[in-house]
Amino acid sequence: MKEVKHLSVSGIENGTVIDHIPAKNLFKVISILALEKFDNQITFGTNLESKKLGKKAIIKVAGKTFVDDDVNKIALVAPEAKLNIIKDYKVVEKYNVVVPEEIVGIAKCVNPKCITNHEQIKTKFTVIPGDEIALKCIYCEKITDQEHLNIM
Amino acid sequence: MKSRSLVSINDYSKDEILNILDLAAGFEASPEPHLLNGKVVATLFYEPSTRTRLSFESAVSRLGGKIVGFSDSSSSSVTKGESLKDTIMTVSNYSDLIVMRHPLEGSALYASEVAKVPVINAGDGANQHPTQTLLDLYSIKKTQGSLENLNIFLVGDLKYGRTVHSLLMAMSHFKNTTFNFISPQELQMPDEYKLYLDNLGLKYYEHSDFTDIISRADIIYMTRVQRERFSDPMEYEKVKNIYVLRYSMLENTKDNLRILHPLPRVNEIHPDVDKSDKAYYFTQALNGVYTRQAIMASILGLK
Repeated sequence: MKEVKHLSVSGIENGTVIDHIPAKNLFKVISILALEKFDNQITFGTNLESKKLGKKAIIKVAGKTFVDDDVNKIALVAPEAKLNIIKDYKVVEKYNVVVPEEIVGIAKCVNPKCITNHEQIKTKFTVIPGDEIALKCIYCEKITDQEHLNIM
Repeated sequence: MKSRSLVSINDYSKDEILNILDLAAGFEASPEPHLLNGKVVATLFYEPSTRTRLSFESAVSRLGGKIVGFSDSSSSSVTKGESLKDTIMTVSNYSDLIVMRHPLEGSALYASEVAKVPVINAGDGANQHPTQTLLDLYSIKKTQGSLENLNIFLVGDLKYGRTVHSLLMAMSHFKNTTFNFISPQELQMPDEYKLYLDNLGLKYYEHSDFTDIISRADIIYMTRVQRERFSDPMEYEKVKNIYVLRYSMLENTKDNLRILHPLPRVNEIHPDVDKSDKAYYFTQALNGVYTRQAIMASILGLK
């Protein structure tokens, strides 16, 4: 009998697998994609071993593919994330997230004196690329780094 | 130039900066008491800044315009909890141009997004104060004849001082500017600005004292070293007198040297410097009126 590869998180028939999420940022990815509002079947695995990331997380969303713009937002906290599109239990497409140039309305500006923390304003940042992405607020011009990144 | 807001000094290209300075020289040479006839300028000062407000109001009055506004948020609807957006939307109906000072950073850009009329940033917290930078440039050009090949000394609090950061960014447009940064260790120029100059190939030098090098300066731009900035009060006591400019220090300086200060000064320029022809800070304040006239005339499309 053929040996079945053991999966830590059970496979899905159709949908999207988001892999290579740093374990510590799983819940940030969940809130960026607003997965809590989905009705689809979703499975998560976290603190899985990863050669690249040490500990990684994985999300499997059944019956759903994401629009590029939506999914690229997760590059903020998971720049190495890889998406696998699954059909009939097989990977039919694989791609990496692309770091966007601008981030609108996901993150909070770290500067307590920034106008966006005092008025009803959608935050807007330009992305400063690097090993760890940082965000520059277009309003107060201050930089929010990974350590202080707060997802709304 | 098309009608638009002035939020940050980085909004203006080199040519646009030079255009404003030319216009300012025009207003200095021949006042135009009727240029703003029929125009209303709103001055919304959410925190007191008497000097900046009076400078703007003087500039408007001397051009024949009218002023509405408030000089302190306690006397406005802000105390009733009105949002900045609502205030700006409303005041847009009453005026042709809004001049705003606000303690929150980014407030000016936001106001310019929601206003139907152009907005001039008269200071948004520690972020930007572009009309100060333009009047500094006007003062430098007027006294030196050019904005090129100058040795600029920036003295005092270079870490938190927004005026020195904006001046550095603006002066970096011009050929062969050399910067000398003179500050205590705790208040040094942030790395991002040094990196910016490195990328442009502009020269800068850092010092903790300037008595030995003062003879090289074309412009000395003094700022205040504030006690509150030091985590260790002992450190402040050690350095507080190093960054005070005195008349005796000017002995071997260049003839063309001029001393600038954004004002108000506290003790960083000794009053005995005032008698020197090289003391320029009060004329610099006058230049602010011409420069603000130029900015408003340009933004309103009148020049």
